[in-house]
Amino acid sequence: MAHSIKINGTAHNVDVDDDTPLLWVLRDVLGMTGTKFGCGAALCGACTVHIDGVATRSCVTTIDSIGDSAVTTIEAIGETPQGNALQKAWLDLEVVQCGYCQSGQVMSAAALLTATPKPTDADIDGAMAGNVCRCGTYQRIRAAIKQAAEA
Amino acid sequence: MDTLNLNEPASGVATTSRRAFLQGGSLFLGFALLGANSKAVFAATASQVTGEEIKAPFEPNAFIRIDPKGMVTLVMPMVEMGQGVYTAMAMLLAEELEVDLEQVQLQHAPANDALYANPILQNQTTGASTTIRAFWTPLRQAGAVARTLLVAAAAKKWDVDPATCLARKGVVSDASGSLHFGYGELVEAAANLPVPAANSVKLKDPKDFTLIGTRAKRLDTSIKVDGRAAFGIDVKVPGMKIAAIAISPVFGGKPKAVDEAAALGVKGVHQVVKTDEAVAVVADHMGAAKKGLEAAAIQWDDGPNATVSSADIIKQLDEASKQPGAVARKDGDVEKTLAGAAQRIDAIYQLPFLAHATMEPMNCTVHVQKDSCDIWVGTQVPTLAQAAASKLTGLPLDKVKVNNHLLGGGFGRRLEIDGIVHAVKVAMQVDSPVKVIWSREEDIQHDMYRPYYYDRLSAGLDADGKPVAWTHRVSGSSIVARYIPPLFKDGLDFDAVDGAAQPPYALPNIHVDYVRVEPAGVPTAFWRGVGPTHNIFVVESFMDEVAHAAKQDPVAYRKALLGDNPRALGVLTLAAEKAGWGTPMPEGHGRGVSVQFAFGSYVSQVAEVEVAADGSVKVHRIVCAVDCGLQ
Repeated sequence: MAHSIKINGTAHNVDVDDDTPLLWVLRDVLGMTGTKFGCGAALCGACTVHIDGVATRSCVTTIDSIGDSAVTTIEAIGETPQGNALQKAWLDLEVVQCGYCQSGQVMSAAALLTATPKPTDADIDGAMAGNVCRCGTYQRIRAAIKQAAEA
Repeated sequence: MDTLNLNEPASGVATTSRRAFLQGGSLFLGFALLGANSKAVFAATASQVTGEEIKAPFEPNAFIRIDPKGMVTLVMPMVEMGQGVYTAMAMLLAEELEVDLEQVQLQHAPANDALYANPILQNQTTGASTTIRAFWTPLRQAGAVARTLLVAAAAKKWDVDPATCLARKGVVSDASGSLHFGYGELVEAAANLPVPAANSVKLKDPKDFTLIGTRAKRLDTSIKVDGRAAFGIDVKVPGMKIAAIAISPVFGGKPKAVDEAAALGVKGVHQVVKTDEAVAVVADHMGAAKKGLEAAAIQWDDGPNATVSSADIIKQLDEASKQPGAVARKDGDVEKTLAGAAQRIDAIYQLPFLAHATMEPMNCTVHVQKDSCDIWVGTQVPTLAQAAASKLTGLPLDKVKVNNHLLGGGFGRRLEIDGIVHAVKVAMQVDSPVKVIWSREEDIQHDMYRPYYYDRLSAGLDADGKPVAWTHRVSGSSIVARYIPPLFKDGLDFDAVDGAAQPPYALPNIHVDYVRVEPAGVPTAFWRGVGPTHNIFVVESFMDEVAHAAKQDPVAYRKALLGDNPRALGVLTLAAEKAGWGTPMPEGHGRGVSVQFAFGSYVSQVAEVEVAADGSVKVHRIVCAVDCGLQ
């Protein structure tokens, strides 16, 4: 059925089954491929977006559960102060390797900094534990979050 | 740039466009506008990575294209999957071409062994940690050839000796430093000059390097922090459908029954495709495709491997490894020294099958038409993909186009073309372009795994605890025998014993052999670090056991065996020093050490690890010393 969802401030109408995961609406229906498919089971964090500011795994979030909530994706996170600071820190510290997980990493980190502007190591571990990086960039991710928090 | 007078109008530059100014002559404006280290990033900065095949008037070789506006495109023969080679290869080219990294864009190479073969691997394969070793000279030569031509073109225009001209940052200047041409202005003239042989041009003395050896910023980072980077799975082709695929859960099995009507009843599903070993559901989006695949309720004929179990595979390995194998190394007299040793240590190491688990699940987009086949994928082997698609479709090679992409991890998984073959088989039955995406479950279940290895080792120690005898038998599947049959000789797989046959230590009596054991129904493949990733773990773990039996410190024990190997000794000494080896640690903490020589590099690591009361392990710190050398 038809659904209207607000993504990065713009309303989109899509005609898909109610139980369609937001991830595939973003990627395949709307062509917003910055949000990545990693596991389809909320186990890796690659698909992380914000729903009303809360880091959410889009691969298990059905389209009918979103309603009027505001969806923010990696394509627009740089417009927020936290997202912008994180992206700059990511560049400064050369966090990225293959890069496939990094959209999700940045989104989880942005939600963390919004809720907890000066996170401790334990805060970072708690917020980022669900984001897997197969290249193993975890140390630099931690350092970049700290740097962004100081920005 | 320091030698130039920036107030002096640059000869010939007056007619160039602003873009050329920025691209070809960033020294004039680029630094003033942007600042050398404050590159504006994100959407404001154009991606430096392109999938588009760039054509330009000046193409002196397969790697460099420069257009009249001064846009420098470097064609990347090897793929970027996180290892940083797009930046490293660009540095090799840019160093000799005399351009800044900010001035270039990078293009994925098309499939072409003749132009882009890896000189070590002899085809267009990214693997075996060879990229920089293989392209160290060819890419510098390619850059030098282009620079030589551009300088010659400028010298001709000025009617001066090329040797008096200087190329820096995309600009050629004359001896006085008052005349300048941006590279873009020289392309037409340079393109008309005869191209010198690659080995005839003079390469820079390493002491004059301005890029190589510096900590350059990666060129693929900005597009990877804001969602712009295009991996294979991100391709968008007009009219494209999305397919979910299910391959027989048992290797070698076939689909027996498929409820097509149920699948087609799902909103957004267009088609159900069956191949010999798989079923794919083609839909508008992956959500519908997956739902359709579930609705299809596939029943399988498990085939000949239905009853294969891990226990059977391990038993087979255990038995086979009791027999002698193909000899990889034989020095001295192991039998005699082992028999006469003061102490003997024996061990068996078993290493499990491992999946590659790339973050980007397997995927491939294909459009098969009457006289063409287009493939969009991230692959380590574009020419193998092209050949496989050509064979399947019956189309000639030149009608199969492989559009390569950034890889969301490779680790050897994308040295295999099984996913591409499945996708082409599906696409041959679909009228539109189709992107075949594997679920994570399919990705793990149908990986081609690092072999299950079964290693037997023995060491004999003399009265002082020194290892006078060392034997190591590796048993497991041979990837080389399947992947590169000509290199599988006399039963010996060089990769399976890599890191075992030539440990860095002085071991006067050593015997290393290999027994090939192919487990039924489990495909195996090169996996991140291939042979050494298994062997270094075994050799170094066993070396620790031996040092322990000798009641000696593991670092001191190794050092005593590295007297003839200064580079290995150097990394070990450095790592131990930086890790504070021997200094006190908190309760429950311990340190472990390893030394290895693999892929031309010496590496030593010291890990500081805590084992908690409940047995859980936490790694606190790893110090890594690397000597990768400079050819």
